[in-house]
Amino acid sequence: MPLSLLRYGLLGRRDSDAYFPPEPEFRTKAEVVIIGAGGHGCAAAYYLAKEHGVRDIMVLDKGYLGGGNTARNTTIIRSNYLTPEGVAFYKESVDLFRDLDRELGINLMYSERGHLTLAHTDAAMRTSRWRAEVNKHMGVDSELVYPDEIAKLCPQLNLSDGVRYPILGALYHPPGAIARHDAVAWGYAREATRLGVRFHQMTQAEGLLVEGGRVKGVVTGRGTIHCGKVLQAVAGSSSIVAKMAGLKLPIRTIPLQACVTEPVKPILDPIIVSGSLHAYISQSARGEFVMGGSTDPYPLYASRSTLDFKEGLMMHMLELFPFLAEMRLLRQWAGIADMTPDFSPVMGLTPVENYYIDAGWGTWGFKATPVSGKRMAECVATDRQPDLLAPFALDRFERFAPVGEKGAASVGH
Amino acid sequence: MKLMRCPLNGERNISEFVCGGEVKAMPDPDKASDADWGRYLFFEDNPDGEIVEWWLHAPSSYWFIARRDTRTEAVLETMTVQEWRERQGTVGSGQAQGQSADSQAHGAQGTNG
Ligand SMILES: Cc1cc2nc3c(=O)[nH]c(=O)nc-3n(C[C@H](O)[C@H](O)[C@H](O)COP(=O)(O)OP(=O)(O)OC[C@H]3O[C@@H](n4cnc5c(N)ncnc54)[C@H](O)[C@@H]3O)c2cc1C
Repeated sequence: MPLSLLRYGLLGRRDSDAYFPPEPEFRTKAEVVIIGAGGHGCAAAYYLAKEHGVRDIMVLDKGYLGGGNTARNTTIIRSNYLTPEGVAFYKESVDLFRDLDRELGINLMYSERGHLTLAHTDAAMRTSRWRAEVNKHMGVDSELVYPDEIAKLCPQLNLSDGVRYPILGALYHPPGAIARHDAVAWGYAREATRLGVRFHQMTQAEGLLVEGGRVKGVVTGRGTIHCGKVLQAVAGSSSIVAKMAGLKLPIRTIPLQACVTEPVKPILDPIIVSGSLHAYISQSARGEFVMGGSTDPYPLYASRSTLDFKEGLMMHMLELFPFLAEMRLLRQWAGIADMTPDFSPVMGLTPVENYYIDAGWGTWGFKATPVSGKRMAECVATDRQPDLLAPFALDRFERFAPVGEKGAASVGH
Repeated sequence: MKLMRCPLNGERNISEFVCGGEVKAMPDPDKASDADWGRYLFFEDNPDGEIVEWWLHAPSSYWFIARRDTRTEAVLETMTVQEWRERQGTVGSGQAQGQSADSQAHGAQGTNG
């Protein structure tokens, strides 16, 4: 590496290949069509091509590659969930993430900071203890810590009891990490194109051809694509696309907002989350404080920002970190999150043959990008529900078998 | 802040209200299968456009019906449950006849995320 860098510097040639090849010609036949080129769609295309030898794939996006929630998320990666099903699933994702920059040949700036979920009430302490025990049992590094330990892990935190909600303890998860979100989608997409996958941006799926209970094609403004299999991975638009296949989903689309401050020198190492106060914060590699909370109070398909969100968030954030009062906010934005009643995803087979779904990613799906891509690829290639995805099947709601992760996912995405 | 008109209390900040979820036709409890109940409880139309929902004015514990546009965030109209029922009677938009709107309101309270 240093040698090639030296040569690059001395040669004085600065032209390099474009990161993506130019868009290929639009064809009207493919083996598999993936609707949605977010992290999940790109990852599924990559693993289909890489691990299952399926290369005749078209990935469509109505906007830009990785421009949906993948571009808007606050990049928290962790596996300290509550249910054994959830922990096993997210643990596989964290394991894949740790090796991903080598696999994709791109710098993901994967940074393990440690993750603290603060508890301000007895009930929250009980849930933290519960999560810690389930996590340890599943081989995930988590423990309950008390204020003396928290003070060592995060001396910037206001641990005084002279506040409305004093901190009683926290769930500490050392592997908790943040990463460069765009690079995840770009890395998967570039490697997929090298394997022959074709990406088409600004190409919206407007309808589906379904005959005799089986999907046959995808209708777009540029023509109808006849294909063998279709995977939908469209996050906030899940209900709209599923409706084209005649499916109804256990999903409500609700905005999730976030914001960042101007950048400063590194001061905050761990990721801090407070479920009770509906607030979380981390400091990015660029020095900005990235902050967010829980979803907006009602469903909406608009990614507008509000003053209410900022006021509600800062009221609590300043109690946790009074020094932030001196900072200025730089940007505020929102994405539309596909929320399920149990805060777990909907994945796998559907009642329509050869039609597969990857949805219900709400506020927690960035960390699941590698495992979803890998396991949805397996599901599409084999036409079977992989064991790891069995608990997340669409029909769980008709069997009253939810995978309840509200306590672990509603604020600390 | 956005405002919403409560049929009982007039125009208020929207933060005083709780969204109780889509108005849905309740299946007949004597005939519905478990799967029917599951679909009734958990599955949503989730339209991008006009939606009819239960809303609660929290300080006064008063439930009513609102029509909203989920693309523009506009509150198109609010009305009492009585007004909604009467309209259903005359307009007849496929809502199950004789279902109790009040029992729906009761069930809706748990759906706020
Ligand atoms: C503010 C915010 C903070 C978040 N923070 C975290 C976090 O800290 N940790 C975490 O794990 N998760 C977080 N999330 C959730 C996470 O961002 C998402 O769950 C995840 O990015 C979903 O990825 P995706 O690829 O499924 O969807 P997306 O990235 O949204 O991609 C879906 C794509 O489908 C396209 N599409 C939609 N309809 C059509 C159509 N009809 N035809 C063609 N294309 C279509 C869209 O244009 C879009 O590009 C956060 C989300 C938000 C909004």
